[in-house]
Amino acid sequence: MKLFAVIASMLFSTQVLAKPFVYCSEGSPTAFNPQVTTDGTSNNASAHTIYERLVDFKYGTTKIVPKLAKSWKVSKDRKTYTFTLRKGVKFHTTKYFTPTRELNADDVLFSFNRQWDKKHPYHKVSGGHYEYFTGMDMNNLITKIEKVGPYTVKIVLASPEAPFIANMAMSFMSILSKEYADQLTKKGEMEKIDNFPVGTGPFVYKKYKKDTIIRFTRNESYWGPKAKVDKLVFSITPDPSVRYQKLKTNECHLIIEPSPADLTAMKANSNLVVMQGAGLNVGYLAMNTQKKPFDNINVRRAINHALNKKSYVDAIYLGNAMVAKNPLPPTIWSYNKKVKDYAYNVKKAKSLLKKAGYPNGFETEIWTLPVTRPYNPNGKKMGEMMQADLAKIGIKVKLVTYDWPTYLKKAREGSHQLIQLGWTGDNGDPDNFLNVLLGCTGVKSGSNVARWCNKKFNDLITKAKLTTVKKSRVALYEKAQKIFKKDAPWAPIAHSIIFRAMSKNVKGYKIDPLGGDIFRTVELR
Amino acid sequence: MLKFMAKRILDLIPTLFGISLLSFFIIRMIPGDPVLLLLGERGADPAVYEEMKKSMGLDLPIIEQYWVFLKDAFQGDLGESIISKRTVVSEFFDRFPATFELGIVALIFAVICGIPLGIVAAVKRNSFFDYFLMGGSLAGYSMPIFWWGLVLILIFSVQMGLTPVAGRMSVMFDVDTVTGFMLIDTLMPEIIKDEGFAPFFSALSHLILPAIAMGTIPLASIARMTRSSMLEVLSEDYIRTAKAKGLSVGRVIAVHALRNALIPIVTIIGLMFGSIITGAILTETIFSWPGVGKWFVASVNARDYPVIQGAVLFIATMVVIINMFVDLIYAFINPKMRS
Repeated sequence: MKLFAVIASMLFSTQVLAKPFVYCSEGSPTAFNPQVTTDGTSNNASAHTIYERLVDFKYGTTKIVPKLAKSWKVSKDRKTYTFTLRKGVKFHTTKYFTPTRELNADDVLFSFNRQWDKKHPYHKVSGGHYEYFTGMDMNNLITKIEKVGPYTVKIVLASPEAPFIANMAMSFMSILSKEYADQLTKKGEMEKIDNFPVGTGPFVYKKYKKDTIIRFTRNESYWGPKAKVDKLVFSITPDPSVRYQKLKTNECHLIIEPSPADLTAMKANSNLVVMQGAGLNVGYLAMNTQKKPFDNINVRRAINHALNKKSYVDAIYLGNAMVAKNPLPPTIWSYNKKVKDYAYNVKKAKSLLKKAGYPNGFETEIWTLPVTRPYNPNGKKMGEMMQADLAKIGIKVKLVTYDWPTYLKKAREGSHQLIQLGWTGDNGDPDNFLNVLLGCTGVKSGSNVARWCNKKFNDLITKAKLTTVKKSRVALYEKAQKIFKKDAPWAPIAHSIIFRAMSKNVKGYKIDPLGGDIFRTVELR
Repeated sequence: MLKFMAKRILDLIPTLFGISLLSFFIIRMIPGDPVLLLLGERGADPAVYEEMKKSMGLDLPIIEQYWVFLKDAFQGDLGESIISKRTVVSEFFDRFPATFELGIVALIFAVICGIPLGIVAAVKRNSFFDYFLMGGSLAGYSMPIFWWGLVLILIFSVQMGLTPVAGRMSVMFDVDTVTGFMLIDTLMPEIIKDEGFAPFFSALSHLILPAIAMGTIPLASIARMTRSSMLEVLSEDYIRTAKAKGLSVGRVIAVHALRNALIPIVTIIGLMFGSIITGAILTETIFSWPGVGKWFVASVNARDYPVIQGAVLFIATMVVIINMFVDLIYAFINPKMRS
């Protein structure tokens, strides 16, 4: 709204318009249902605005707190979870749906069964692929979902699983309205459930114009403290430089992922605030321990000593990351601070290589990440720096890459020798890193690309998964990290930092370690 | 003339067939499996993979896939987007008005500025203005749109505060889509009644920078073409005769020279439509313009085969039809062409 429109609105507008809170997002959501989406863009547009889960992450942390369930009990065998639902929770009233009842156990059963039960009438709607639900192994973990009473739901697991409650706070476990689903079934418009959302969250979906704008209004019937802003707008702006310009001209109040190149100028601008927080991620170089010469511990240690990780952080992350020493990011509980990293030491690397029987080095391949990710913004450049570092100890590296789906497929099959990869945590639980990326089951499923299966390590993380006592879990995971370091199946590279930039009049915003943007407490002053 | 028209229309068939063939096979040559992309980074059960591949028709031999595509396309069915699950035709027409509106405004800008500048350069041949203009048009022609768009934003939006940075309309206004053309939708009686002309001016102000960015290359081409065409005409005998008859310079240029010089300019304007559409791919990305170009880029990244095939076919058909009309107009103006 510049010269033209400002004058025009003063001259012609017949009503005073309240300014909405404008968030400049990076893309269009693929759908408005976190059950069928996995990307952060879709999550921000639905999971954190429209929907809620039985439990949630406390804002700005990974601590689990009650949400639509006011409490839950775990049985003695740690296999049965009984959730008691909050009363008086209303679903949104929209142009296309008016609820006649409050949230109850039927809605919870509908939401979970859609993903779990292959015979459920809604299972095949929108393709029938629930990437997160199956990715977190919920389809095998849950053996029974039962309505005990109108406000009580019981979930039985196949085996004790401590991270289960953290999984329940994840976006894909959002609660949808069964009454709305029934209405759509009657009309023969079942697929609308994923694009015309009805939830219980702090904002109500109002309108979406593809690639342009998403409009929300405050949920005036919200069961808890209402959102501070009455109108919320997602202005879809894919280019980070343009987002920054829009922030400067006040067309946006908060922008996602500012370009690292703009950060210095942003920090110097007194009208703007740049917030940062440690990301829940890790970028690493994995060594295929099932292939020679990486089956040799001294070779793996030599590579750890040869890589100058600090130089990668400076050149590739432009300083917006921290050097990693553990497979867990420091934001996750049980991160072992005491673990000592392999220092950058070419001489030591050479002597270890000699000890391993490779005094003149060897030839190998590094697969470089073909996509930009927060945990590795430029795989090719990092590959070139690694190539130069390893050449110093006689290892001749050929850089290889593939298109992203092929890269992942081949990595799961174990065709690589050295491979760059990374991981962004889903639920703030250490198991989500250690078990998925380094557990023995991950070798079979392909998520453990180092194909490293250490019995001691695996026993520790399995034991930690079975107990719900946090203190015991911390001790077990700390021990596991020591074994990881000693055996060196990876060279952990970096944990990136999350940035958000906003106008100085934006208050109440916190960086979410899980990467989401949450607006319930945000206001413009 | 009728025979000429029939011939030109018949020429469309092999052209469109060739385009469909190229768009279909080229996208399949790009590495990347759309099923794997759709299944996400965590991978999925091989059974789910196979099922999804089958549901998308990608399990069929490639020739059979092409035959199915051709058969359906002939009936106006270009398939369904893998990502949005909506028909390609409806997805295209949701976005087409935005691109068309921007393209038309950009072309008007290019014509209104390009023709007078070309005329002046030709009349003032070898003057400072001529050199300046031709140098400027060469720069305009070679300027990367991405960079030029950002420069325009920095100068006019951030420094001078005259225009909005990006988007199609201020977030303050919630205008329902009726025709998809913002300049028309904002003039609907109910909008004017509720919000006056402010939404119209907002839409207009949002068009300025992207139209300049998109219209710069056509402007440069039109200016250069007008100059050379005018120079050719100005050296003709009949112009000398007109001048000798004592007609004013203005009349000689406007009536005698420009009318004849316009023939190749009309052709270049028609051809520019193609470059406007390809320019849309970059312009729309910079200015967050929700048109066909931005949609096309997103579809290529997602390997959304039906959308890519459909969009290429739509855009190519449009360019080919416009070129056909240009040929027909040209033939109408110049009888020599008909033979």
